[in-house]
Amino acid sequence: MGELVRITFFSLGVAAVGTALIMPGGIALGWLLARKHWPGKALVETAVALPLVIPPVATGLILLKLFGRRGPFGAFFAEWFGWEIVFTWKAVVLAAAVMAIPLLVRTARVAFEEVPLRLEQVARTLGAGPWRVFFTVTLPLAARGLCAGGVLAFARALGEFGATAMIAGFIPGQTVTLSLGIYHHVQLGQDDQAFQLLLISAGLAFAAVLLSERLLGRKFAAR
Amino acid sequence: MKLVIDSLVLSAGRFRLELSLTLEGRAIGLFGDSGAGKTTLVEAIAGLRRPHTGRIQLDDRVLVDRAHDVYIAPEHRGVGYVPQDGALFPHFSVQQNLQYGCRQTQPSGLRSSSGGASFSLAAIAEALDIERLLDRRVTALSGGERQRVALARALLASPRLLLLDEPLSSLDAGHKEAIFPLLQRIRDDFNVPLVYVSHAPEDFVALCDRVLVLSQGKALRSGPPTEVFEASPSVSYRLKSLS
Repeated sequence: MGELVRITFFSLGVAAVGTALIMPGGIALGWLLARKHWPGKALVETAVALPLVIPPVATGLILLKLFGRRGPFGAFFAEWFGWEIVFTWKAVVLAAAVMAIPLLVRTARVAFEEVPLRLEQVARTLGAGPWRVFFTVTLPLAARGLCAGGVLAFARALGEFGATAMIAGFIPGQTVTLSLGIYHHVQLGQDDQAFQLLLISAGLAFAAVLLSERLLGRKFAAR
Repeated sequence: MKLVIDSLVLSAGRFRLELSLTLEGRAIGLFGDSGAGKTTLVEAIAGLRRPHTGRIQLDDRVLVDRAHDVYIAPEHRGVGYVPQDGALFPHFSVQQNLQYGCRQTQPSGLRSSSGGASFSLAAIAEALDIERLLDRRVTALSGGERQRVALARALLASPRLLLLDEPLSSLDAGHKEAIFPLLQRIRDDFNVPLVYVSHAPEDFVALCDRVLVLSQGKALRSGPPTEVFEASPSVSYRLKSLS
C-alpha cells in the first residue's frame, strides 16, 4: 500500500509539474498557430505533432541524446546548475512534458480559433490595444478550451511510458511512475500489483478525460 | 465629414479593391452586391485591414498612407465599427459591454471639431432605450436589442466616425423599423458621421447624403441617393441605369 501511494503521488506530481512547465509556452504557441501566418509555420506545426506519431521510445532516445551527460542541454545544465537530468525525476518530468505538448498546443489552437476574430476586431475599434484585447476578450473566451487542453496534457503526462523508460529508467524510489510500475510488475509476473496500478491509472485518466470533455462542452455561445 | 480615399489598393485572396474618391456628408452609404467590396472598404477605414498602397484620410487626420509609412492602429483611429451581428462580448453583461467602449484616456488629436464628443452611459442608454437591459447577459437579448446595445457601445467610445456594416440585415421588419430612427438620431442629435452599408436602397434614401456604389472592387458611381436610385414598381428603389 505504501508503494502504491508513493507511486501514485509521484506520478501525479511529475504530471502536474510537467504540465505546468509547458502551459505558458504551449498556450502562446497555440495562439500563434491560430492567429498568425509566417514562413515555416507548417514546419512548426509538424514538429509539434511529432511526439504524437513517432514511437515514444524514439522521442525518449532523442531526449536522451540531448539531455544526456554529453548532450548539448545535459552538459549545459550540469555545468551551470549542477543538475543531472537523465535517470532522475527531472527526466520523468521532461518526458511527461514533451509527450504532452502536442495535445496542449492542438487544443489551445482550437480554443483560440473558436474565438470569433470579429470580436477582437471590434474590441480594437473600441480603443483596446492588442494586449488588452488578448486578456479581456480572447483569453476569457478561450479559457475553457485552454483548461481542457491542460487537463488533457496532464492526462497524457500521467500515462507516459515509452519516453520515460528510455530517459529515466526504472529506479525504485526515484523514477517509478504508474506506467513504469505496471510494466515492472508484469515483467515479474506480479499481476495483482500490476492491476492495482492499472486501476488507479485508468481511474485518473477517466476522470481527466471526463473533466476535459465537460470543459469543452460548455462554452460561451459566442455569436 | 470628409473621407478621402486616394489610390487605395487592397487584395484579399482573389478579390481586389481599387478606389480613389472623396466623399463628404453626414452619412455616406455603401451599396453593392455581395462581394463588391463594401465590408473590405469598411474594414480598411477601421484599420482592420492594411491596404497595399494608397491613403485614407478622415477630415484632417491621415489614417493610413503606405507611401509615407503612416498607419494608425484601429484603437487610435476614433472610428467605431458595428458589424452585422453586433459582435457583443458574450462573457460580459450588457453594462460591461457598454463600459468596454468608454475610453479611459483620449489620445490628443482624435476628436474632430464636429464629432468625437463624449457621451454619458445614461444618455446613450436612454436614447437607445436599453436602460432595462443593463444587467442582462448578452446571450439573453433579442436581435433588435443586440443591435441597440452594439450601437450604444460604439457611441460610448466617442467615435469621430461610425461604420455600420449592414446593422439591420439580420433583423425582422418590426425590429428594423424600431432601430432605423435611432440611426437618424445618431446622425442628427449626437452629430456622429456615419458610413452605412446596406443592400436596401430605401435605407440610403432615408439616411444618407451620398451613396457610393461598388461593383467587383471598383467604384461604379456615387452621388445623392435620389440620383443613384429610382423608384421601382417591384421594389421600393433600384439603381438608376447609367444611360
